Amino acid sequence: KEDRTGRCMDKSITLPPDEIFRNLENAKMFAIDIGGSLTKLAYYSTVQHKVAKVRSFDHSAKVNGDLLYEISVQEEITARLHFIKFENAYIETCLDFIKDHLVNTETKVIKATGGGAYKFKDLVEKKLKLKVDKEDEMTCLIKGCNFVLKNIPHEAFVYAKHADSEFRFQNTHPDIFPYLLINIGSGVSIVKVEAEDKFERIGGSSIGGGTFWGLGALLTKTKRFDELLQLASKGQHTNVDMLVKDIYGGAYGSLGLTGNLIASSFGKSATTDKEFSKEDMAKSLLHMISNDIGQLACLYAKLHNLTRVYFGGFFIRGHPVTMHTITYSINFFTKGEVQALFLRHEGYLGAIGAFLKGAEEDNPNQYSWEENYAGSSGLMSASPELNPVQRARSGTFDMLEMDRLDRQLVNLPLLQDPTSYIPDTVDLTEDALAREYWLYCFEEALDGVVKRAIASQKDQPEAVERAEKFRQKYRHKVQTLRHQPFAYGSLTVRSLLDTREHCLNEFNFPDPYSKIKQKENDMALKYYLKVVKSVEELSWEQRQFTLVKGLLAGNVFDWGAKAVSDVLESDPDFGFEQAKQQLQERPWLVDAYNQWIERLKGPPHKCALFFVDNSGIDIILGVFPFIRELLVRGTEVVLASNSGPALNDVTNSELQILTERIAAMDPVIHAALKEDRLALVQNGSSSPCLDLSRLDKVLATAVRERGTDLVIIEGMGRAIHTNYYAMLSCESLKLAVIKNSWLAERLGGKIFSVVFKYEVPSKA
Amino acid sequence: MKLKCSRKPAFPWFGMDIGGTLVKLVYFEPKDITAEEEQEEVENLKSIRRYLTSNTAYGKTGVRDVHLELHNLTICGRTGNLHFIRFPTAAMHRFIQMGRDKHFSSLHTTLCATGGGAYKFENDFRTMADLELLKLDELDCLIQGLLYIDSVSFNGHPECYYFENPSDTQNCIKRPCSLDNLFPMLLVNIGSGVSILAVYAKDDYKRVTGTSLGGGTFLGLCCLLTGCETFEEALEMASKGDSTNVDKLVKDIYGGDYQRFGLQGSAVASSFGHMMSKEKRESISKEDLARATLVTITNNIGSIARMCAVNEKIERVVFVGNFLRINTVSTKLLAYAMDFWSKGQLRALFLEHEGYFGAVGAFLELLKSSDDA
Repeated sequence: KEDRTGRCMDKSITLPPDEIFRNLENAKMFAIDIGGSLTKLAYYSTVQHKVAKVRSFDHSAKVNGDLLYEISVQEEITARLHFIKFENAYIETCLDFIKDHLVNTETKVIKATGGGAYKFKDLVEKKLKLKVDKEDEMTCLIKGCNFVLKNIPHEAFVYAKHADSEFRFQNTHPDIFPYLLINIGSGVSIVKVEAEDKFERIGGSSIGGGTFWGLGALLTKTKRFDELLQLASKGQHTNVDMLVKDIYGGAYGSLGLTGNLIASSFGKSATTDKEFSKEDMAKSLLHMISNDIGQLACLYAKLHNLTRVYFGGFFIRGHPVTMHTITYSINFFTKGEVQALFLRHEGYLGAIGAFLKGAEEDNPNQYSWEENYAGSSGLMSASPELNPVQRARSGTFDMLEMDRLDRQLVNLPLLQDPTSYIPDTVDLTEDALAREYWLYCFEEALDGVVKRAIASQKDQPEAVERAEKFRQKYRHKVQTLRHQPFAYGSLTVRSLLDTREHCLNEFNFPDPYSKIKQKENDMALKYYLKVVKSVEELSWEQRQFTLVKGLLAGNVFDWGAKAVSDVLESDPDFGFEQAKQQLQERPWLVDAYNQWIERLKGPPHKCALFFVDNSGIDIILGVFPFIRELLVRGTEVVLASNSGPALNDVTNSELQILTERIAAMDPVIHAALKEDRLALVQNGSSSPCLDLSRLDKVLATAVRERGTDLVIIEGMGRAIHTNYYAMLSCESLKLAVIKNSWLAERLGGKIFSVVFKYEVPSKA
Repeated sequence: MKLKCSRKPAFPWFGMDIGGTLVKLVYFEPKDITAEEEQEEVENLKSIRRYLTSNTAYGKTGVRDVHLELHNLTICGRTGNLHFIRFPTAAMHRFIQMGRDKHFSSLHTTLCATGGGAYKFENDFRTMADLELLKLDELDCLIQGLLYIDSVSFNGHPECYYFENPSDTQNCIKRPCSLDNLFPMLLVNIGSGVSILAVYAKDDYKRVTGTSLGGGTFLGLCCLLTGCETFEEALEMASKGDSTNVDKLVKDIYGGDYQRFGLQGSAVASSFGHMMSKEKRESISKEDLARATLVTITNNIGSIARMCAVNEKIERVVFVGNFLRINTVSTKLLAYAMDFWSKGQLRALFLEHEGYFGAVGAFLELLKSSDDA
């Protein structure tokens, strides 16, 4: 058999291999999917991470002065899945590299799938000394598909060639089943998937990618698949195809068939007196095959009453030309009722599935996983204008890394409609102006982040070098996103923030703000009793207003917002009172305060779920006095904080210590804790933003068991950048101070404008 | 099927179906002309009749399908023979010129035409030959023509046939049958492209879908791949070829059946799939390529037709259109595909006058038309 890519490949690897096959030292459980031209390798590895841990001091031994708690950096081991895609030409080099770096692995077998698994079996066994264990291709494909649909938000997208954003990502549906997977390899398989392990090949067609390739090669003497697609994208099918107007002179009006519709593919080439260009024939062939597949897909979708139809296989694999023609065809045959869906990680499905088959005893499906933005290549530009050389190079190695999360993530049970919930307020993929601004913003802020990262590890001289690596990596990501905003799904402020966190972690800066948070927490604690006392003296009406203002003022303290971090850095005495003065006077930008007060005059809420934001003044002088009032009213309170660090957001472990300390000072909090009327839970996330569809399962349980009837979301990241439009099935408060003048202006206000949104779901 | 003849139109009686590739013409030759009539008959008319009935080929490309001729038909009180003539649409202008040269317009007949060409060439008929076309919808004509021919039978034999034992190449036999209980039927018309109709009654039908992979695609691809020039040549090659040298079969990939999904090893997994390999491209014969093209197009039509039948809940699938002319490879393949994939639920039916029903339908309209010619 020939090398199906049909081109001579230089065998040098253009990227340093240790940046591609990462964490091989601890790798175990291998799987390989060898396709016609690409190999996909999967392995499971453990990653040693530095994590910042906080630990309460033993207060009886007063040795550390005023410091609240101790911060220590510890090594933690987390599980990660690595997927690497490379051209078959590199397979030998890659296997050699892996062999050299596989130290004391206990692994004995490698799961294999794909058409090439047989061809390369001996090579893999010889090189890796692992026994090749073949898995059914379709089973792997479906397993992989289920996995990415469940674990990667924005996995699926609709392709729109002429739209502002070519890719329109789809929400993760809480229930991914049932769906139709149309796999266009050399032939076409149409598979109906009804549950994790329940699927059926309901049909297929022999006219597929192999037909395009084989027939195309015969017609145009062009050997490579990619080149055929290139030809097709330049051709005019109307020179080769017989259109309705060639037969009718115009449209066939009574049937609604337009003149430009193809009546007979290749209908004009039944003559020997004419020459046809390669481009035109390739285009005609592409249309013929795409339309045919689209038609069959629609007939099967209709017969089985399915509306979610995903397309995959090498014919599709990120090729804009085929995604476009398939989309067009589906749209035509279903009159717009069904949309063709494509997958960002389509090329990895087989490898993922094979891996999952091999890892069944570890049951990876019982965990939640997360795409690691730092270690994943992201979706390549589909733009046909992209220089093919550049395309080939960037496509040489493609990586996907998935982190196993400690906590299983589920929907917040209080979402009004989980199927239509979109966390992010602005989709930067579609909003070019906002995208420009935020990318600029994040680039501008980079110096500060690097500085802070170094400062957080003063005792480690090599931190400077690591911080520089972080800078390069993140800057590169931002630049990539400028050209390919769709690389990791919809680009949002959240994804930009998360990418930064992933990159910081990558270079072992687990919590650059740990010391700042420590200092601020410490300082704020000193004022706690004073604030509580001054509030208690006020009349009921005044007290409520002061508490809300305190909450808002606390929220001004946010290192995540550049305007504030500038002030904080230059003027550390920027106090709580000053913050209150900075706040916009009522009426606020969004002002539902009166309705909130009216509500408070009524019966107390059963239980309030509070998604907290920053540490320091925010949590201690803003949130605690506020929830204290709720507790006094007889409302139970659940404080939900981040599982892992992000900016200066208070983490769950920090909050545990803070709460303990406050309880020691304040009998109200003490009693509430003791009686379990105040509970602390983690939200399962390490993001400065909030995705209510991916929350810790324990939190969801608590919410349900306590009969939560009020949700409070605080801060720009959680209440403005995300969840601003989230509809809940119970009452909700979303409050934030807009600490970014661009965003404030966009919302029709000025910097330090206040959003106080109180929403009651309609009874209907 | 009874025809209502509101009046007897003047001779000559024609019906024409101008398709994307072929023009189909039916001509009624009255055999009961009285001496008196003959005397009155204008010379033009005589010469047309003589020209058409005494030849079986016209010019380089026109052909009369003598074997399809229907004898002793009585239509609107006249008895005669119905002739079936075809020529390429590419020769349409020569045909119109002939109409002008023969002063067709002086005959005061209505020229009933259907197919896309009735629209496309309407103006040419008018300006070049001073002829007005009565344009008719092609699907209406197709169904009316089919029902009529079936009702008059093929010179005493059934018009319709099917294949017995379609899955057994040794014992697959063509069998005539009658089209009793006609409706509902799925009517698959394979011309240059394909139209699929669900027909519930004489006047109640809908176009379910269509595909651009039709007879035109077969011929077009064959011309490009083999350098052949005609449908006959392409079919001749195809009959000698072996498509398994071109197509990748399930067993070529899996070594045998793909049991997980119940796919037989002999099923085609990828049409033209072997042609991805350079060596195989270089060693392949034209006959094999022609055969593969034919098999690919035919199987695809079969597959779409079957899905439509299931979706529309229709068990009777009737295949017509000139793609099936002298094309037993395709008819047998369709019969097999319908039977195999539906596990015997669906039956493929074929008609002897495969491509002429549109023209017949147009011809019938002439007799029904109350227009004064």
